Amino acid sequence: MGKITGFLDFNREPPERRPVTERVKDYLELYEAWPEEAMQDQGARCMDCALPFCHRGCPLGNLIPDWNDLVYKGRWQEALTALHATNNFPEFTGRICPAPCEASCVLAINSDPVTIEYIEKAIVDKGFEEGWVVPEPPTKRTGKSVAVVGSGPSGLAAAHQLNRAGHQVTVYERSEYLGGLLALGIPDFKLDKAIIERRVDVMRAEGVEFKTNVDVGVDVLAEELVAAFDAVCLTGGSTIPRRLGVEGEDLDGIHPAMDYLTQQNRVNRDQAVFPDERITATGKSVLILGGGDTGADCLGTAHRQGAEVVYQYEILSEPPQGRPGNNPWPLWPLIMRSSPAHEEGGIRDYSILTKSFSGKDRKVTKLHAVRVEWGAPDASGRSSMQEIAGSEFDLDVDLVLLALGFLHPQKEGMIEQLGVELDPRGNVKTDVDKMTSVPSVFAAGDMSRGQSLVVWAIAEGRQAAHGIDKYLTGASDLPSVNLRGWV
Amino acid sequence: MVRVFRPKPFGLYRPEYEHSACGVGVVANTKGVASHEIIQQGLEVLVNLTHRGAAGSDPDTGDGAGVLLQMPDAFLRRETAAIGFELPPRHAYAVGMTFLPQPDAERAQCEELIERTVVAEGQRFLGWRDVPVNTDHIGQVATECMPTIRQFFVAKGDGVEDERAFDRKLYVIRKIIEHAVEDAHLQEPDDFYICSLSPTIVVYKGLLKGEQIKGFYLDLSDPSMETSFVLVHSRFSTNTLGSWKLAHPYRFIVHNGEINTVRGNTNWMAARQKSMSSPEFGDDLQKLFPIIPGAQSDTASLDNAYELMLHTGRPLHHAMMALTPEATGEKVQMAQEKRDFYDYHACMMEPWDGPALVAFTDGTRIGATLDRNGLRPFRYLVTTDDLLVMASEVGVLRVPPEKVLFKDRIRPGRMFLLDPERGGIIDDETIKHELSQAQPYGEWLRDNMVKLADLPPAATGHSAMSHDELVDLQQAFGYTKEDLNILIEPTAIAGAEPTGSMGNDTPLAVLSEQPQLLFRYFKQLFAQVSNPPLDSIREELVTSVDVRLGAQRNLFDETPEHARQLKLDGPVLTDAQLAQIKEIDRPGLKPATLSTLFDVRAGDGELERAMDALRAQVDQAITDGATILVLSDRGVDPDHAPIPSLLATAGVHHHLVREGIRTKVGLVIESGEPREVAHFALLIGYGAGAVNPYVTLRTLQDAAERGAFPPEVDAPTAEYNFIKASYKGLLKIISKMGISTVHSYHGAQIFEAVGLSERVVDKYFTWTASRIGGVGVDVLEADVRKLHTQAFPDAELAANPDLPSGGFYQWRRDGEYHMWNPDTIAKLQYAARMNDFDAYKAFAELANEYEERTCTIRGLLGFKENEPVPLDEVEPAMAIIKRFATGAISLGSISREAHESLAIAMNRVGARSNSGEGGEDYRRYTPDANGDRRFSAIKQVASGRFGVTTNYLVNATDLQIKMAQGAKPGEGGQLPGHKVDDYIGWVRNSTPGVELISPPPHHDIYSIEDLAQLIHDLKNVNRDARIHVKLVAEIGVGTIAAGVSKAHGDVVLISGDTGGTGASPESSIKYAGLPWELGLAETQQVLVANDLRGRIVVQTDGQIKTGRDVAIAALLGADEFGIATASLVTQGCIMLRKCHLNTCSVGIATQDPELRERFAGDPEHLINYFMMVAEDLREIMAELGFRTVSEMIGRVDKLETAEAIDYWAKTKGIDLSPVLVKPDVPEDYATHHVINQDHGLEEALDHELIAHAAPSIRNKKRVTVRLPIRNANRTVGAMLAGEVAKQYGEDGLPHDTFQVEFTGSAGQSYGAFLAKGMSFELEGDTNDYFAKGMSGGRLVVVPPKESQFVPEENVIMGNVALYGATGGEAFIRGLAGERFAVRNSGAHAVVEGVGDHGCEYMTNGRVVVLGPTGRNFAAGMSGGVAYVLDEHGVFESLCNIELVDLERVETSEDIHELSGLISKHKQYTSSANAKRILDNWAETLPKFVKVYPKDYRRVIEAKRRAERQAVGSG
Repeated sequence: MGKITGFLDFNREPPERRPVTERVKDYLELYEAWPEEAMQDQGARCMDCALPFCHRGCPLGNLIPDWNDLVYKGRWQEALTALHATNNFPEFTGRICPAPCEASCVLAINSDPVTIEYIEKAIVDKGFEEGWVVPEPPTKRTGKSVAVVGSGPSGLAAAHQLNRAGHQVTVYERSEYLGGLLALGIPDFKLDKAIIERRVDVMRAEGVEFKTNVDVGVDVLAEELVAAFDAVCLTGGSTIPRRLGVEGEDLDGIHPAMDYLTQQNRVNRDQAVFPDERITATGKSVLILGGGDTGADCLGTAHRQGAEVVYQYEILSEPPQGRPGNNPWPLWPLIMRSSPAHEEGGIRDYSILTKSFSGKDRKVTKLHAVRVEWGAPDASGRSSMQEIAGSEFDLDVDLVLLALGFLHPQKEGMIEQLGVELDPRGNVKTDVDKMTSVPSVFAAGDMSRGQSLVVWAIAEGRQAAHGIDKYLTGASDLPSVNLRGWV
Repeated sequence: MVRVFRPKPFGLYRPEYEHSACGVGVVANTKGVASHEIIQQGLEVLVNLTHRGAAGSDPDTGDGAGVLLQMPDAFLRRETAAIGFELPPRHAYAVGMTFLPQPDAERAQCEELIERTVVAEGQRFLGWRDVPVNTDHIGQVATECMPTIRQFFVAKGDGVEDERAFDRKLYVIRKIIEHAVEDAHLQEPDDFYICSLSPTIVVYKGLLKGEQIKGFYLDLSDPSMETSFVLVHSRFSTNTLGSWKLAHPYRFIVHNGEINTVRGNTNWMAARQKSMSSPEFGDDLQKLFPIIPGAQSDTASLDNAYELMLHTGRPLHHAMMALTPEATGEKVQMAQEKRDFYDYHACMMEPWDGPALVAFTDGTRIGATLDRNGLRPFRYLVTTDDLLVMASEVGVLRVPPEKVLFKDRIRPGRMFLLDPERGGIIDDETIKHELSQAQPYGEWLRDNMVKLADLPPAATGHSAMSHDELVDLQQAFGYTKEDLNILIEPTAIAGAEPTGSMGNDTPLAVLSEQPQLLFRYFKQLFAQVSNPPLDSIREELVTSVDVRLGAQRNLFDETPEHARQLKLDGPVLTDAQLAQIKEIDRPGLKPATLSTLFDVRAGDGELERAMDALRAQVDQAITDGATILVLSDRGVDPDHAPIPSLLATAGVHHHLVREGIRTKVGLVIESGEPREVAHFALLIGYGAGAVNPYVTLRTLQDAAERGAFPPEVDAPTAEYNFIKASYKGLLKIISKMGISTVHSYHGAQIFEAVGLSERVVDKYFTWTASRIGGVGVDVLEADVRKLHTQAFPDAELAANPDLPSGGFYQWRRDGEYHMWNPDTIAKLQYAARMNDFDAYKAFAELANEYEERTCTIRGLLGFKENEPVPLDEVEPAMAIIKRFATGAISLGSISREAHESLAIAMNRVGARSNSGEGGEDYRRYTPDANGDRRFSAIKQVASGRFGVTTNYLVNATDLQIKMAQGAKPGEGGQLPGHKVDDYIGWVRNSTPGVELISPPPHHDIYSIEDLAQLIHDLKNVNRDARIHVKLVAEIGVGTIAAGVSKAHGDVVLISGDTGGTGASPESSIKYAGLPWELGLAETQQVLVANDLRGRIVVQTDGQIKTGRDVAIAALLGADEFGIATASLVTQGCIMLRKCHLNTCSVGIATQDPELRERFAGDPEHLINYFMMVAEDLREIMAELGFRTVSEMIGRVDKLETAEAIDYWAKTKGIDLSPVLVKPDVPEDYATHHVINQDHGLEEALDHELIAHAAPSIRNKKRVTVRLPIRNANRTVGAMLAGEVAKQYGEDGLPHDTFQVEFTGSAGQSYGAFLAKGMSFELEGDTNDYFAKGMSGGRLVVVPPKESQFVPEENVIMGNVALYGATGGEAFIRGLAGERFAVRNSGAHAVVEGVGDHGCEYMTNGRVVVLGPTGRNFAAGMSGGVAYVLDEHGVFESLCNIELVDLERVETSEDIHELSGLISKHKQYTSSANAKRILDNWAETLPKFVKVYPKDYRRVIEAKRRAERQAVGSG
């Protein structure tokens, strides 16, 4: 399999991104077309490892060496089958997954990893282009019904799998768009919303029913769903944002990142926003707190809105460029990462602790912060933080976006109504088959796992589908996904 | 107390896997003149063959020796008269030489039985004679188990018409007695044995050493005892278990060798019983059955078969030709009449296949024959006064040189016959011509035998199968994506079996949670030590894949109808061919097709019911006259699942064997299940004559349609390639066991089962070893049903993914479990790098936890609760670590950086690294500036002998003879040219860029006594080194290990089947060898029972990873432990399994400079890991209450079979109690290593040489010595060479510094490892292994001056000369035996003629042959040059031109080189031949052929071009 010396013959060459000057003017996806030959060369770099760490590193267990090889050989349709065997929505993960597979790619030990994620995207996009992705409705219906609450990647995956097994699935979504965070949280330049819709169309054609603008717990009582369906799967996500808890946090001009990003996505779909509710960076000095992916999404969006200057501050120290000795491959590399948004500008800084905000007329104008120093990790692995005396400083800001992550799912409404048991972090507790403490009620995705990656959400949804199918029929032929992370 | 262990099964030991080898001799008067002197001479031969026999723990008890002689009528007449009865005339009476039980009651019972039977069968019983013996000088063990030895006398009955009828009657009588005694269930069944019962011959033998026979049997010294011939035999067995009857000679034969197919031959003999009939025997025939009793040695079985064949009325040589035919493959040149003879006889009898020298007699004539490959030496001479002396060696009897008429050897596949009535010796050609004329065999064949190509195309066939239908069948038969991607498709593209690396780390079938094919419960057996594996590629001419279908007929008869069979070119059938067979309509050939499906709707148990029904259908079909049965699983659908094809095959086969009607019918298997060569081998090994793998063939077609193949491979090509590769693979599998024809492999069941219940084995796989029990038919059925449900599920999923990924070869999350997986690798690497014991513990927990659940036998064992000791009282880790070693990994398979990193680590802590096969850079013998030492403490001596110089051997603490390798036991290896860079080539004494081949066998180890010889050689060259023998676990390995201990090995390594490898066929990785737990436990049991344990160190390896693994290995009996794969993991290995492709991305298993730079290993990481394993072990030791490792060795009482066995349904049938058996032996028997071997080096002639050479060694002073030499002087020169190398390293001494002139017959390994500066001249002759490993000396051999014979026509040298020589010169005025200059990599030699396989595997050096060569010259020759004088223009037909070009000697360089070598030859040997050639140089030169390896030419010419360019540009 594979080209034996491919990894020596070719360098890692991902597809080109559109020029910065051009792309910051719109919300279109970032990448130029990728020539097929380049894709095949990149596929040839895969070493067909007997121990594909990528396949372990991928929560879904994607059969990465198999489809890399098939791409190299130009057998695209078989590649698509292999890809879909473990991943319902490679078009999502192929765009917005941080690619733990590439971090654990064996080639990454001493070279650049295979462009796994780009190849994944290439395969599925080609599949849609060529019309190979067609509805495959089940041949037989079981007569069982399942309600899936939440249409994020986890809910969609669960619905997709359960429908294949012949169950009648209804997906409830409280917003007006299907896709959950994918639809509203992820900027369009990373994931074009048409991508979600074309998949939903296929699912609809396969027999999945979708109900938008239905807030379960409000519009429909959770108990009613439990009574009406043979099983219910909760995939409502982790929606309560983390707060700083500092003085001035309530000033105008300080927003949770998700409010900001969601609004821009709606605007992109020509939805009207009241001017006084509009959060925009146009012409402003913007501060993003939080150095993660959401922060980067805010960064890209702010530039597109025409921000004057954008700062992105992170409380943790600046990660090293390469792996430190105690963080060897294949552990997740704790290194400096840059997303395409960082190419577009912005000022990143690290080891900054927010002390407070101050403002004028209830509008934020200044950040008051201090630099900190991180000590060596203690026995539990936690590092201690020390403020550096005399390093206090202020920053003039017009807009502050808090990209600090999420704490847990929303409890009022559905969760409270069902009375499902929660774990200490406030997430819905489930067993290995993703069943909650309430029989016939399952939970998956961020709602159960806590905030995490899209790829985990899909994995969770697949596992829940397996569990639900088993619950409904006594045994399941749906694949079971190993949800253990790196130990 | 009785200290004698009898060869009976206990624990994991099975006596039928005993082996022996030996020295064989014949002394005869060619005119048939009897004399007492012949006996005396025979006994002297025995004494001189002593070193070929052996003794066990009791030094005075031999392994057995004996003589077979003609009836000493005068002597017996006198003796019986003294007792009080008179003998009838000569030939009208017989004497029965008998071993009787010691207990009086049993003895009386046996005697009474004998007397009664004789009378009942109408003969006269004359009386008993006590055979006088003197037990004073025989061993204690021999004495304790000595039977009562008596002779009984039978007179021909009145109703018996002639001598032949009398002979037949005696045969019947003996058989009746044997059967009756067996039924009597004696306390020690071995104590009763009739050594001979014959009117013409008598056998004297016993559990004695060769030299003891004379003193023990007083009869033999009586001058009135006379014979015209004797056959003598001195045995070297692998055990020391007391048994007198196992000594040779048998009743008609003596044998040195091994019948590898004996299980099959025995079954087939039983299988044809019902088709036998004989008017002469009449009803008596029934009394003979079984012809071959169970549980006896291969020789005894062959003797039984030969005896039967004699009684069919065939002359002795005819009988033996039918049993052990020579090779008749296409590449063998042979007269058509002889080919027809063999072809015809193959319709009756499959070959008894294996390395064998057999000498046989019918009482007046003596014959001898050698196996087709010539794997045993047999030399002979005839004197002017009619004396014939034949023996395994020359020099066994003193014969004045001037009396020698000629000296010769028996050649491969050839026969020798001494018939005094016809005036003496009759040569092979005459014998076989006469026999070939006995019947019009050729005509019979042409009229009756059918070939597939002769049949018309079939009228009907199966309708085409759609892709979707195919996928359903693939699922039902358990196909995975890997089956397609890794096995089937690559095989069809390349026409060769796919290669893999890094061994097997998946669970045994019985421990796997995945549904298993029945095939996976079987492990291929392979040859090690006691017989050599073959090289089916380089020695293809002795192989054959022909098979026959149809009925066999009466063995007592020869008729044209016997040839009514269908002959196939090979056993794998295409759909079209099968269709032809199904429609065949020829006399005697009638096909019938039976379905092997079962109805899944019927309840559990249906599989077994279907099998019972199938057997009834088979019986009916045979009754209806079918001679070809097709067992077919076509028609799998939602309601019907297939019976596993192997179950159907073996079940039907054994049923028919039991019924005695197996030979009435041929079996063809039409099945969707088999898909790889290991499957075909199993089906054929259990009785299938041919196989049609229709799903695999359809899969190939489908792959072609899907575009999975490159454009040049279309569907027909893919099918052709697949079948071709299957044959190649099949030959490789059978050759691992030393079997050369599929015909003899057919039904030979060369397998061990692991994890099948006794009931399954007894019912369907009778006689197969399955030592730890396991699953029943219910589990097999459940797995079939599981697969069937996957193919035809109740609820079909939309977008159902096609085939499961498999994960058997490459780890996949939803596939088979691997011990090495991302988690274990990541944890281990972290622990080793960070020296983090907690991380190590986490790793060990993962490794152990999984294993306890599903992976290995040790995972099923637990520790018993014990009184702990404080941890600080346990010996320190630094002491324990000295028992550790890394694996044998050659430089070449891994990079220099990785190789040296392992060595440095081991040297830092006093553990041992292993060079692997491939030499070592001598600069590594000098320490680094920081004190690090880069040499490998263990130096391996493998079959290729690459870089095995004297200097290499003396720079080692341990020398390891690699008999087999866990990942591919019984196979050779090859290092492709692209991996042989300048450095590797230099280290291996070969040419960079030229492929290097390691032969499957060591060409100096074809038997256990040969191994003893190599051990002796190595110990001579480096007296301080421990000599290891590396074996691989399989049934009988304990027995081999006992042989190793007796052969004075210091260490025996029992390697598991899971070991890594740089490259091996995938089927070998998965299907050969056993877990070390079984091999180690068996070894410990057998060594202890034989009291051979204390003198040998036992080491084990095979995926040992944690302290727990080490603890279990110690408790099962290991003193030392090898950790190979994990060592590489600490250095960065991530199990890419690309070692064979040179693309290791972490710089370990590669020679690519760019990749080598990526190597990031560090010796400290390995040391960290070893120390953590030792610490882990210490914690376990403390818990178990052991303070030292020594105390815990062999303490199986501390182990219990863990709860893991109950873990799930599949393992419930496993019974590990045989693993935990400790033999019941006296307390003083050692159970771990306590004393060192006595190598007997003090007898070496070299002590004398070293004394003489002192001035040479000290001051490089020239010394010349004259000394006599005899065959008992073995390995002459090696010890001295070792001394030279120790002092002078690679350089040695200046030429001719130390010169010796010997006269006499030199023993084996004469001139071995001769170093530069040593020059030996021998006047006389020499035996096998001349100049083995010569590293720079000079050897000259000339016949004695007094000789009357023509030197260039006489054999003065044995087989396998110059094996692995790396330098020096040899000049031989005379003929040499087979395999001259095999694997020569530097020596220059001139010889007057050679036998078969000359210059095989040669990689460098020059060889000049001034006369005839045998067949297969230059096979596998990849380097060096040979010049052959081809005066008769036949050389081309004798040469294997696969790798070489033949051309004239034309360039001035070549002419100069050739004439120079011949001139030297003339100078040193006074060769008349050389003189003639040089005198007529102009006429002779054009007759020389230059044998020029193609690869070598390419590299040399490229080099010359480069040099020219350099000169031109400079």
